[in-house]
Amino acid sequence: MRELHVPLSEAEVRALRAGDMVSLSGTIITARDAAHKYMVEQLIAGRATSADAELHAQLQAALRNGAIFHCGPVMEQVSTQWRVVAAGPTTSSREEDYEDQVIAHFGVRAIIGKGGMGERTRAACQKYGAVYLHAVGGAAAVLARNIPEVTGVWKLDLGVPEAMWQLRVVNMQLMVTIDAHGHSWHEDIAAASADKLQQLLQNG
Amino acid sequence: MPSQSIQPIDITEYILELIRRTSTDLPSDVEAALVQARATETPDSPADHTLGIILTNVALARQKGTPICQDTGTPIFYVDYPTGWSTIALRQQIETAVATATGQSLLRPNAVETLSGKNTGNNLGTGLPSIYFQEWAEAYLRIRLLLKGGGSENVGTQYSLPDTNLGAGRDLAGVRRCVLHSIHSAQGRGCSPGVLGVCIGGDRGQGYSEAKRQLLRPLSDRNPNPELAALEERLLREGNMLEIGPMGFGGKTSILGVKIGVLHRLPASYFVTIAYMCWAYRRRQFVYRGEGVAEYA
Repeated sequence: MRELHVPLSEAEVRALRAGDMVSLSGTIITARDAAHKYMVEQLIAGRATSADAELHAQLQAALRNGAIFHCGPVMEQVSTQWRVVAAGPTTSSREEDYEDQVIAHFGVRAIIGKGGMGERTRAACQKYGAVYLHAVGGAAAVLARNIPEVTGVWKLDLGVPEAMWQLRVVNMQLMVTIDAHGHSWHEDIAAASADKLQQLLQNG
Repeated sequence: MPSQSIQPIDITEYILELIRRTSTDLPSDVEAALVQARATETPDSPADHTLGIILTNVALARQKGTPICQDTGTPIFYVDYPTGWSTIALRQQIETAVATATGQSLLRPNAVETLSGKNTGNNLGTGLPSIYFQEWAEAYLRIRLLLKGGGSENVGTQYSLPDTNLGAGRDLAGVRRCVLHSIHSAQGRGCSPGVLGVCIGGDRGQGYSEAKRQLLRPLSDRNPNPELAALEERLLREGNMLEIGPMGFGGKTSILGVKIGVLHRLPASYFVTIAYMCWAYRRRQFVYRGEGVAEYA
């Protein structure tokens, strides 16, 4: 098990290989469908208002060498403090149209999610030095235990699941499934299982 | 029978307790299947590691009373009620319980106004929660609840036979080809190892409803139709031969079960519909026989 701490350096990210198990600590930012659409169509496209510009600068600071978590958590608010109740990964492939631009623009080093991503994200990981880290889908109670603190929230107007939560995480257990060398674990499994499917269909 | 039916009462509290149990406490048959699956995996493999995290998560959610998965999904209620009960009142009580459970962080606010993207904040909206009412001849009330996550819902699929690309004709051999194809297409994206609810026949809408209804069956039950029972067993075995593994990481466990139902169809149509349920297979029920006591299972 390799230990990683956010902010991540390009060198340590490029040293990872698909299939490596890692334990991640540091501050990460949640972003799912609406947040990705917002980042790409407003911030990256340069259509930001002055209020957006401030958030844009904050995100640039938080995401440079940082990590994005595809997650819409269950949260609880006790007076003014938020607490994570449950926080597993959501399906990452929905962000495929956006993620390469987000990696390039913000300098993100790690994308955390489930189910893997496609060709464009794999190419961006290789070009800019980033990795895709797979969390165990549904393991929301275990992952919540790894998040002792909510340090902030942006875009709460998008609703609790879609807001961008800043989370301090400790020893989050993840597997590298897309590395910075152009290797996708998901493509290997899809290809191997396709061969087995053909065999089964030929025999019956 | 109707004269012996229990008297209608307000059951909001029982429904709230049903939601709490469903969201936080995985059924024992599913947990046992996950334990059994782990024993077949190579020690220290990604599959072994993943099932280990899953089982720790199940125990932790139960112990802390927090949701097993942050996507508490579509709440789907199946209400069988005796004569004399009002579905208007039952719907109000279900809605009150759902909104209260959301406030207690047992459910994530999951109802999004489709066009504006605005979250209603309490899980209530047009078509949410999903409720199926059925008056029945029993004297007691039964409510069954599925919480079905969005990731698994997205990998559900429907085939119209014959399907030339798949070489699937209008028979059980064709059904088999569809189901195997759907397991491969889903890979780990439905949060494998999952359970497949399958419907053969019906129209397109009925197909999905019946496929989900199959998910109410316990994992260990046997299809009363011997041909379908044999097909369910075969598909469980063959589905796992694809070695997609937990979360699609590779391994011996890709699915935990296949449950097949059949509806009549039109001469022109032959649909095979597949509902994928993630490993976080949240399925619970209670019956109310009167005297202020609900029996949960």
